Amino acid sequence: MNEPLLSIQGMSHYFGGLKAVSDFTFEVPEGVIYGLIGPNGSGKTTTFNLITGIYTPTQGKILFEGKDIVGQKPFRIVHKGIARTFQNLRIFSNLSVIDNIRVARHFTTKSGLFSSFLRLPGFLKEQDDVRDETMALIKLMHLEHRAYDIAKNLPYGELRRLEVARALATKPKLILLDEPAAGMNPKETEDLMNLVRRVRDEFKVTIFLIEHHMKFVTGICERVKVIDFGTTIAEGKPEDVVKDAKVLEAYLGRKAVVC
Amino acid sequence: MDKLKTPRLLIAAAIFYAVVQVLILTGVLNGYLVVIINRSLVFVILAVSLNLINGITGQFSLGHMGFAAVGAYVSGTITSTPLIFGAMKLNPHLFTDNVIFLAAIVIGGFGAAVVGFLIGFPSLRLKGDYLAIVTLGFGEIIRTILNNIQYVGGPRGLLGIPKFSNFTVIFCFTFLTIVLLRNLVQSSHGRAMLSIRENELASELSGVDTTKYKVLGFVIGAFFAGIAGGLLAHLLQIAHPTQYGFYASALILIMVYAGGIGSLTGSIIAAFSLTFLTEGLRIGIDWLRDSVGIPIGTEWTMVVYALLLILIMLFRTEGLMGMRESKLLIIEEKKV
Repeated sequence: MNEPLLSIQGMSHYFGGLKAVSDFTFEVPEGVIYGLIGPNGSGKTTTFNLITGIYTPTQGKILFEGKDIVGQKPFRIVHKGIARTFQNLRIFSNLSVIDNIRVARHFTTKSGLFSSFLRLPGFLKEQDDVRDETMALIKLMHLEHRAYDIAKNLPYGELRRLEVARALATKPKLILLDEPAAGMNPKETEDLMNLVRRVRDEFKVTIFLIEHHMKFVTGICERVKVIDFGTTIAEGKPEDVVKDAKVLEAYLGRKAVVC
Repeated sequence: MDKLKTPRLLIAAAIFYAVVQVLILTGVLNGYLVVIINRSLVFVILAVSLNLINGITGQFSLGHMGFAAVGAYVSGTITSTPLIFGAMKLNPHLFTDNVIFLAAIVIGGFGAAVVGFLIGFPSLRLKGDYLAIVTLGFGEIIRTILNNIQYVGGPRGLLGIPKFSNFTVIFCFTFLTIVLLRNLVQSSHGRAMLSIRENELASELSGVDTTKYKVLGFVIGAFFAGIAGGLLAHLLQIAHPTQYGFYASALILIMVYAGGIGSLTGSIIAAFSLTFLTEGLRIGIDWLRDSVGIPIGTEWTMVVYALLLILIMLFRTEGLMGMRESKLLIIEEKKV
């Protein structure tokens, strides 16, 4: 392995006096499925918000492909190749499924305002290409029967897949999934695990996910980092981490009994 | 498909134009009614362009008539000042009156767009309702400024504007505005604007430069408002500060909300209905005052509009059309 895709160095973030994230240092190597787990309020989503530029870390560096991305606007970070999904879905509810995904392809299109106003041939060609590529993503997510439906009419599981499709449409190198299995039943979770693996293999993206769901994490992640109250308590292979005393303490309380 | 469906709007527009033109030529429509139809068309431009800002991009502008004022005064100054007009007429074969008029209207639009940029850029960088506050102030400031610049007539208004606007010219501009905005909304740029309305954070994290597109939507909206202002000035042959006050801005706002936020079709229907309603109310109020003897003035139309807005908010929050568009305004896509 050469340099890691994402490297976080001494990153801290405070909300007033509250340490949400404290001195995180870790690396996400290219091509892995990396899991970040921890109890509620441990700083997982804050970490994602820091990486995607929604917050600027109080201290520390975030290197993506060796370049510091701290202080950049969120959309520029997306252009560099980091996409994400949200814990609480953020869908463009009144747009169709295909339009939801096409928004994420917007910044890769070249047609200017003028040719869009006049629907010049170059513009039409590009729109057709975007549509075809978007349809391919829709098919991958098994949403083809929904392509022209308004997003707010979709059931929850399909919306989750729509968000993944939208994130993929930005052609990312790294995709951040914020609790992808939240609210899913065991069957859906199983399907999602297969989907995440397929996405990684077909799109050659690195996946960095946050999850509560232990079974999901141990089933899919190749490396995990466990955090609590903004500090790292364990890092390594999932099967080792779940046996770690500190992890059990964070999840189950003191004097945990391993069954 | 794309090429087959587009002419439907063209055909509908041609029929509308032909019918009105025949009615004008046969004298069925008197001068008064023609003016109201022309006003309606101008208000269609104003309503759809405000819809781009408030409905499509999801921002909140309260001073749309201010941009129309910029367009009206800029284009009116060009055509009513003999010096400027004469200078442009150096080559009378190339620059006929009509060419200068069209140029003046477009320059007025660009003037409004520049002012829109100066206002939109600082206020749209911030998240929140700053745009509403700034545009509310802008609408009043522009009126006050115009009231105090003697060169453009001050409180007397800008007089001596030639009557270049007629039904054909206004119709063409209105049709073009609708087509261009329809094309914009159904393009990659338009979807970027729509996504800001739907969820600004998700939009930014889908790679959309949200500040740029908020400003862009605002500037394009201001441009078309400037065009509308220029057309109105050359129709009424006067640009007067009181025409561009808050009442007029509020009227456009009501059109957008009554028609349906985000629906160009709704804005078109509402602009027509409300312009005719305004005239109807004016006649009704005059009749009440003169024949029945109830001492009320035309300012009571505003009471009716306020009631209308309340009723919309209570019983049909999404407006007449909601977010739907007429089939004429949807560019059909080949489904794969």
